[in-house]
Amino acid sequence: MTASTKEQRFQAMVLPHLNSAFNLARWLTRSQPDAEDVVQEAYLRAFKFFDSFHGEDGRAWLLGIVRNTFYTWYQQNKTQAQSTLFEEELHSIKSDNYATAQSADNNPESLLIQKDSQRQMQHALESLSVEFREVMVMREVEYLSYKQIAGIIGIPIGTVMSRLGRGRKQLAEILSSTNRDA
Amino acid sequence: MDHNEIIELLPAYVDQELGISDTIAVDNHLGSCSECRHELEVQKSASAQLKKNAIYFEAPAHLVRRIQVALPRNRSQHSSFKGWNFSWLNAGAVMATLLAVVWSGSLYLSLPSARERLTEELVSSHVRSLQVEHLSDVISTDKHTVKPWFNGKLNFSPPVVDLAAQGFPLVGGRLDYLDGRSVAVLVYRHNQHPINLYIWPGTDSVATPQTQNRQGFHLIHWVTGGMNYWAISELATNELEFFVSTLGSQS
Repeated sequence: MTASTKEQRFQAMVLPHLNSAFNLARWLTRSQPDAEDVVQEAYLRAFKFFDSFHGEDGRAWLLGIVRNTFYTWYQQNKTQAQSTLFEEELHSIKSDNYATAQSADNNPESLLIQKDSQRQMQHALESLSVEFREVMVMREVEYLSYKQIAGIIGIPIGTVMSRLGRGRKQLAEILSSTNRDA
Repeated sequence: MDHNEIIELLPAYVDQELGISDTIAVDNHLGSCSECRHELEVQKSASAQLKKNAIYFEAPAHLVRRIQVALPRNRSQHSSFKGWNFSWLNAGAVMATLLAVVWSGSLYLSLPSARERLTEELVSSHVRSLQVEHLSDVISTDKHTVKPWFNGKLNFSPPVVDLAAQGFPLVGGRLDYLDGRSVAVLVYRHNQHPINLYIWPGTDSVATPQTQNRQGFHLIHWVTGGMNYWAISELATNELEFFVSTLGSQS
């Protein structure tokens, strides 16, 4: 394959999935700048290994690379990861405060409620462990099939199902406790 | 199928990922099992809330540009390395390429492929550093602040000179990780263009600075006083060469 054909194929098959790549990286890293770093690194890797990609599903292939890049990054930033655990606790405190402030505010405009639900959802989903978070984002936000998710993570389809099931239950518990506190 | 098997299948039932026979089995069981009906509601409701309220984070516009810049542009060297792997038939061309690479790499004691990797590492490190707030760990235009900052962070002491008078003010320093070790990076500026100067101990003999271009960046490598130096910037080659010669005359 000549260099220019490779570049054209890459432009056509991989670049269009930038939003998916960023969305997944953003949910995995829980940080905008880290997500940008991970996505950029993933694209460099994707380009490097593009010759070995012969499939049709460019998006799933790319998301697999984004995920691997994330885990490499995550291993290298263990200390940082520990500090985000603290952040998680802060998050939950903040969300409680936020919810209290919101109910005291007494201004039930639907837009605000929508923003509030999004924020609550973000806190809840971000507080789940990454192995649950990744399947849930791939399924509910990226609308990938169980088969695609199984391929990306490298686990059996049955494991995708059980992680989704347990993740949703945990999410429901977190959301209902947040609402109770409010 | 018993209750325990059915309840395991409920997530996939909600997602319509079950085959027909499993779907029918779940349907039949649900009518007589309140625990499973409750579990089904939990799954359905959590899934619906996620779909409704989970934010889809779209990539910021500048990320496309960042990636385009970081992707290898000049692929002639890459493809010849790949050619070396696969196309023995083209041995003549491969030999010519190899000779050229070995010849240009012979000034270095390291293998060309190791140097290639290092160059790629340098370029991606430089690109990363260009993001907001990634450039400097210590921000100072004073070499007496920057130099001690490296104390205890590295097992060597990088020479720090300020070239403000020559049009290359020192703006800070940071630590980076390259070629399997921690290195010092001094950050200079010239007309708003940052220059990253990577420094670490080395015994290679590269007396005359070597210039390379990669992805629109210019790199100059030299070794002096037992230190490896790599300067990288988007500045034009002649300006970067001027920076390097000024640095050489000051240190």
